[in-house]
Amino acid sequence: MGAMAVSRTEVAHPIMPAAPNIWRRLERRPGIARLGVVILLLLIWEIAARYFLDRDFISPPSVVVMSLDKLFGTPGVPSALWLTLYEVAAAFVLSVIAGAGIGLAVGLNRFAHQSFMPIVLLLYGIPQITILPIFVLVFGVGVASKIAFGVSHGMFPIMISVTAGVQKIEPVLFVSARSMGANRWQLFRFVIFPHMIPSFFTGMRLGMSGVLLGVLLAELYVSTAGIGYFTSIFTQNFDATKLMGLVSMLAAIAIALNEIVRRAELHYARSRD
Amino acid sequence: MNSDGRATTQQRLLSRLMQIAFIAVLLLLWSLATTVWGVSRILLPNPLNVWHQLVEVVSSGAFIPDLKVTLGELTAAFAIAMSLGVSLGYSISRSRFLIKVFEPLLAAIYAIPIILFLPLYVLLLGLGPGSKIALGATISFFPIVLSTIAGFGNVDRRLVIVARSMGANDLQMFRHVLLPAALPVILAGLRMGFTVALLSVIASETIASFAGLGHHIVDLAENMDTARMFAYIVFVIAIVAFLNAVVSRLERWVRWR
Repeated sequence: MGAMAVSRTEVAHPIMPAAPNIWRRLERRPGIARLGVVILLLLIWEIAARYFLDRDFISPPSVVVMSLDKLFGTPGVPSALWLTLYEVAAAFVLSVIAGAGIGLAVGLNRFAHQSFMPIVLLLYGIPQITILPIFVLVFGVGVASKIAFGVSHGMFPIMISVTAGVQKIEPVLFVSARSMGANRWQLFRFVIFPHMIPSFFTGMRLGMSGVLLGVLLAELYVSTAGIGYFTSIFTQNFDATKLMGLVSMLAAIAIALNEIVRRAELHYARSRD
Repeated sequence: MNSDGRATTQQRLLSRLMQIAFIAVLLLLWSLATTVWGVSRILLPNPLNVWHQLVEVVSSGAFIPDLKVTLGELTAAFAIAMSLGVSLGYSISRSRFLIKVFEPLLAAIYAIPIILFLPLYVLLLGLGPGSKIALGATISFFPIVLSTIAGFGNVDRRLVIVARSMGANDLQMFRHVLLPAALPVILAGLRMGFTVALLSVIASETIASFAGLGHHIVDLAENMDTARMFAYIVFVIAIVAFLNAVVSRLERWVRWR
């Protein structure tokens, strides 16, 4: 403690050679400066929330973090988070299956590509938020509508990237594989599959952010057991601390899931090229 | 497979036919479902009914108050995002160090679904237009600031050096070197920012609101007025498509100038 205090006072004094030195060192390490910016923002938020703003509406970050255990102690919140995670996982798996299946079918057949790609792109261009009430009408207010809305957001990016990836395979490869006597399975396993891997993983990354968006939109729109229920309860009770805690938990989950698929994409897209 | 490299006119005609057939079959199934198979009118309205409602919605002008609300929110959100995004992006792009510090940070925040902030904004700003403007501005800020950084940050060094050596001052440098080089990238960011602002305004109206196009769809859904809801959805989709087309056209026009 003592040593730190001394060094800090040294920096604070306007000794001319010290200041540029620190700047130069910072300049070589943008990561540290980035961390500093984040800490500074948190500090501003903390001070503003503690001393200047209404506690009913905004809560300082330290309080949000310290009362995370209270948030998890609220009956139903842990299961709501699990439910949301389950919806995202189910929607993602279904999106990958549907997206890769349709993408392969449309990408490998010239006629299917010409006929159906414009329809796929047209459907993808529809602002899906407008049809969310239809999903709830058809699938109910429970888990099914969230998964369905997640799939409808996640499926298209996967489909489009898989189609694009398969389309880029050189026709020569098909001809030579065929002339060497490859059957349909072998053609898929040794020609199509290795070539679609990079675009497939790109599609999965885009699909994951689509799935997260779709599931969260549906959750926030109407929910009887998921996190959407708790966000509206906390909002109505002016429980800013718990609301911010829940939102940051969800953001953390979203970041983790995005990061997993992004790492996977980096790994596979690089190793194949 | 893909071995045949070219598409004949006949093939193209055939796929056009396929598309028409696809839509026709879809419409046929829809009307069969409502008339013959007896799917509940509440779940799936008759297509003719939807058409009549659509004509009614458009001709009566009942949509105007909601459209005004949505467009007002959109304008405010986009104006905030554009002024903040472009000015911050430009200031960050002036130094390599600042780009290295801020660009990954902004990209990381951009990766989380920002719709999550909506409950916070509703708590802070209420159910009125404020929370919609805040959400739309937040979401569209990121593509704008990132593309501005990319646009101004990647101007060819040689162009800058040449202009300097010819004695350009700061203003001339900005007007004749930086801006023309960065503009296409920034415009693409602005177009994307506009689209996501529009969608997030409608989304937040759908989730929590008193007025606006998104809210009207929910209102009709809650009243089980499904035929009119379908008509309204088609109408809103058309409006979104129209606005996006206008913005794309605008982007191309500015770029051409």
